[in-house]
Amino acid sequence: MPKQSLKGQGVYLMRVMKTVMAHYTPHVIAVVLLIIASTWCTLQSTLFTQTLIDSHILPMLSGAVEVTEGFASLAAALTRLALILGVGVILIWSSNRIMINVSQGTMLRLRKELFGNMEKLPISYFDTHAHGDIMSVYTNDVDTLRQLIGQSIPTFVDSMVTVVMTFVSMVTMSWHLTIVSLVMIGVTMLVSAKLAARAGKGFVAQQKCLGALNGYVEEMMTGQRVVKVFNHEEKSLEQFRQLNEEMRDAASTANATVNVMGPINNNFGHISYVVCAVIGAAASIAGLIPLSLGSLVTFLSLNRNFSRPISQLSQQMNSIVMAMAGARRVFELMDEKPETDEGYVQLVNARENPDGSLTETEERTGVWAWKHPHRDGSETTYTRLQGSVTFNDVDFGYVPEKTVLHNITLYAMPGQKIAFVGGTGAGKTTITNLINRFYDIQDGKIRYDEINVNKIKKADLRRSLGMVLQDTHLFTGTVMENIRYGRLDATDEECMEAARLANADGFIRRLPDGYQTLLRGDGANLSQGQRQLLAIARAAVADPPCLILDEATSSIDTRTEALVQQGMDALMRDRTTFVIAHRLSTVRNSDCIMVLEQGRIIERGTHDQLIAQKGKYYELYTGNAIGA
Amino acid sequence: MTQTAQTERTGRPVGTVRRLAGYIRQYKLPSILTPACMAGEVFMEMLIPFVMASLIDKGITPGNVGEVIRYGLIMLLCAFASLAFGVLGGRFGAKASTGFAANLRNGMYETIQRYSFANIDKFSTAGLITRLTTDVTNVQNAYQMILRIAVRAPLTFISAMIMCFATNARLSSIFLIAVVFLSLCLGLIVKMATKRFSEVFTRYDDVNASVQENVSAIRVVKAFVREEYENSKFSKAAENLYRLFVRAEKIVVLNSPLMMLVVYVCIIMLSWLGARQIVVEGTLTTGELTSMFSYVMSVLMSLMMLSMIFVMLTMSAAGARRIAEVLSEEPDIENPENPVMRVPSGDIDFDHVTFAYKQGSGEATLKDIDLHIRSGETIGIIGGTGSGKSSLVSLISRLYDVREGAVRVGGVDVRKYDLEVLRDNVSVVLQKNVLFAGTILDNLRWGKEDATLEECQAACRAACADEFIDRFPDGYETRIEQGGNNVSGGQKQRLCIARALLKSPKVLILDDSTSAVDTATDAKIRKAFREVIPGTTKLIIAQRISSVQDADRILVLENGEVNGFGTHEELLENNEIYREIYTTQTEGGGDFDSPDRKGGDEV
Repeated sequence: MPKQSLKGQGVYLMRVMKTVMAHYTPHVIAVVLLIIASTWCTLQSTLFTQTLIDSHILPMLSGAVEVTEGFASLAAALTRLALILGVGVILIWSSNRIMINVSQGTMLRLRKELFGNMEKLPISYFDTHAHGDIMSVYTNDVDTLRQLIGQSIPTFVDSMVTVVMTFVSMVTMSWHLTIVSLVMIGVTMLVSAKLAARAGKGFVAQQKCLGALNGYVEEMMTGQRVVKVFNHEEKSLEQFRQLNEEMRDAASTANATVNVMGPINNNFGHISYVVCAVIGAAASIAGLIPLSLGSLVTFLSLNRNFSRPISQLSQQMNSIVMAMAGARRVFELMDEKPETDEGYVQLVNARENPDGSLTETEERTGVWAWKHPHRDGSETTYTRLQGSVTFNDVDFGYVPEKTVLHNITLYAMPGQKIAFVGGTGAGKTTITNLINRFYDIQDGKIRYDEINVNKIKKADLRRSLGMVLQDTHLFTGTVMENIRYGRLDATDEECMEAARLANADGFIRRLPDGYQTLLRGDGANLSQGQRQLLAIARAAVADPPCLILDEATSSIDTRTEALVQQGMDALMRDRTTFVIAHRLSTVRNSDCIMVLEQGRIIERGTHDQLIAQKGKYYELYTGNAIGA
Repeated sequence: MTQTAQTERTGRPVGTVRRLAGYIRQYKLPSILTPACMAGEVFMEMLIPFVMASLIDKGITPGNVGEVIRYGLIMLLCAFASLAFGVLGGRFGAKASTGFAANLRNGMYETIQRYSFANIDKFSTAGLITRLTTDVTNVQNAYQMILRIAVRAPLTFISAMIMCFATNARLSSIFLIAVVFLSLCLGLIVKMATKRFSEVFTRYDDVNASVQENVSAIRVVKAFVREEYENSKFSKAAENLYRLFVRAEKIVVLNSPLMMLVVYVCIIMLSWLGARQIVVEGTLTTGELTSMFSYVMSVLMSLMMLSMIFVMLTMSAAGARRIAEVLSEEPDIENPENPVMRVPSGDIDFDHVTFAYKQGSGEATLKDIDLHIRSGETIGIIGGTGSGKSSLVSLISRLYDVREGAVRVGGVDVRKYDLEVLRDNVSVVLQKNVLFAGTILDNLRWGKEDATLEECQAACRAACADEFIDRFPDGYETRIEQGGNNVSGGQKQRLCIARALLKSPKVLILDDSTSAVDTATDAKIRKAFREVIPGTTKLIIAQRISSVQDADRILVLENGEVNGFGTHEELLENNEIYREIYTTQTEGGGDFDSPDRKGGDEV
């Protein structure tokens, strides 16, 4: 955890409050009023002791009041008290009940906002942030905020109100004793503050040790098989023991300090109680302070009520500090800059008029057009989507300092099949990620049907490009739902048709519930090849004019691969296709093959041309590369 | 977390407690002293209102300052004693619980080190990490709570009750009724809340799972422009979660009003009946009445605490059970008695071996494998996914034990070897390999602890790793990040090969270890093997036919059985599967590239 001043984190606390207040101002005001009212009611029960002793019991005992009369008035007083307390109970319940809606409602808003913003973030954000860290914002950090809003803040308000009200009552009862009590509180707070500072340091140390230990455990457990293969058990244990011992010592120190705080607060309260009792009793007997027995007893109870909220507050401090750190991470994720989209050219369904011009329509016609509103006038032109893609001297790097693609220039005519081949890290996947603008280029131009891709709305651009990615990802849901992911309004029949096209229909029908089989955990119950087939079906149902196929078939055995390939081939017919190829059969009938090496296109041409050229492609193809 | 909890068998709680309690060890004394101190604190605390009654009745009422001071001093003494007990209890509690936690972690870690691969398969890596971290912390907190608060709360309750009855038995019966009523209500609340909250947490896990899904599949979401769709899906789930949360918390917020209600009823009853006893019957003094008021709070507060403890203990019980599972797991491969300490040669014999994974369906993964490999041979192994290639080689270094038959290295059954000796001589480059945080040199020396720089360089040359290491500014001192994330897949594989070579093993096994290395480099590595370690038996599992075709013999596996075993030429002639693979890979579809990002997100 990066060190940040408490003040710096306070900003985030304010933002939490602002978020709460933005939607729940009336609720919060109501809760505060309810807390004030219920605290007053509670106070009445403490104050009643004085009335009971001084106005009822003692007068009756001394005979100043007749017993029957006395009890009649006591009964009346108790009924009044019962009413007040009854109201108090209802008030407490109401404020708690309202707080549920406030805290849970705020959580709901925060979660939705977090997720909504996350979906808008550029791919580069996910590349540079560990998925576990992103997840922990949703699981841990949002939870600490729930604690803060639901518990810490109400307790805080409650404690403050109690302290103020109790203090006022104490002063009215006896300002002399209040001074004694204040002195005691002062001493307690001083000791607590010292301890808290020490505890804080202890926890920082513990957190550091815990981080080191957990990091080590994670690394070693992940590599446990390697540890076994290399007989490294003893060594691994040795370092673990050391970290474990450091952790134990740090945890012991930190815990001891915190554990001691409770008893100290508590018993200083007892001491304060005793001191006030003795001084009050002695002084009233000696006549130094005018104090009735009832008042003294009540004052002592008040004194106890006075110190309790203070120790409660100090307990809350811990969770408040934790919540602040959580709030920081929540808002940091929320503040991440979403993917920008300055595009204005839209993709629309169109119908061709007899004169060859295009008219925009609502329904799917199979004809797509780019709707290009021109900036200079009110004129809007429609151009038919053809599917030509050109790269003009494109440079790109994931980080500005390191260019991974250099001077890429290529032309893909509508309906053509362009293949990329090359070794690991040559930049094949990177090129395809630029076409659909997962990343933005540094230099050069990419045009789609002669339109600069920067001018096309990202959503429309991506909708026109079907993608089958290297890593197949499926979602929790039925097989049918996963295929329909490609086009949400596809009918069951259309989904099955797509599955048949992708050669997936056969295995799907053999699944326990066919198309209704529930997939979980990224389709863990399917084989790699089956997942791949589903991904192809998903792209097929989307029926995009342009395709990007980035395959990863090295872990699929040859037989499955043949099946996958058939599906792919069916899908590629009549579409502009970019293929990152693995198998020669796919590559060979490409209209153009680009051979990439270290981010540059080093050779290009058809299969026959490249073979004749006897260059890198020939080497790769024949495998005769040794010593070359 | 609930996912693992669901798959858990319900262990006997007594067994769990006994198993964990064994790890208290050197912290027995603080574990006993903590509750003792807590008892002392409670006792002293409870005395204070009792003495206060005397101070009022014998000091204030008759106006006797001497008595006031006398009782005052006694109370002060009690308060200080209570303070001392409290502080000591806190310290002992911290020592006992953190020490206990450290012992548990150590115990688990030690046990895991003795685990075989089969044991590790049983618990997933993530499962083991959770047990060693979060679960232990939860158990530590629970233990501390048991020692301190779980002793304090009932003791407070009991002693306050005793004090009350000692003061005035008749009035105290009010408490009894209140206590019974309150515990019934609290019990009901806890029961209902636990039920509703478990619903909440299941749904909560689902929501988080869907976030997880979106984070890892973000490219798919964006490629299909499904941001809005995912948003509305998530919103629906989140709103559902909101409703469940509100429903569950509604029950919980009944707690404090209920508690207040009971306290108020007690106060009003006490006031009325107390006044009657004082005035009419004279069986109670004013001082005694005030001390009764103090005890009301103590009794009811302790009940409240008990219900809280109960909830927290149930929460940590799952963690305790998971820890006990790790500790109870018996390592299923152990060193034999009088082990063989020397591996005579690199001969490998599979003698009618049948093998099945324990965690699997029970169906045999390898069926009746009978193979004989001579020292120094290079054997290529090829076959489809799930044909049993990895399983076959893992038997050689006894990562798993065979079900039937025997595996012999150098003519000796692997089960007779000292495990360390065997694994030093049979070096495996695993398919899912990892590098550890540290320099390249540190990682290489896993193979041989005292390897010199020259030895490491030689191994790297053979594994074709020298070319990229030399390009790093810090060379062999370059730091590898945890999991080796700062080197590419191909570089990682070559470093892992170099590390295995440093062992100078009699048998070297490469389990699909060059999949991310380009064909040319792959060939160079194999050439180096022939020249540098001619005497070592080499087993190479590969997907690419080019990686195995120059081997002395090639083994074709299909469905866990030997389908063919011979030279490239022989197999081309008479093995259908081999021919098919060969044709698709060379004539119809050679293998151009090696997906470097394969499984990159899985780690």
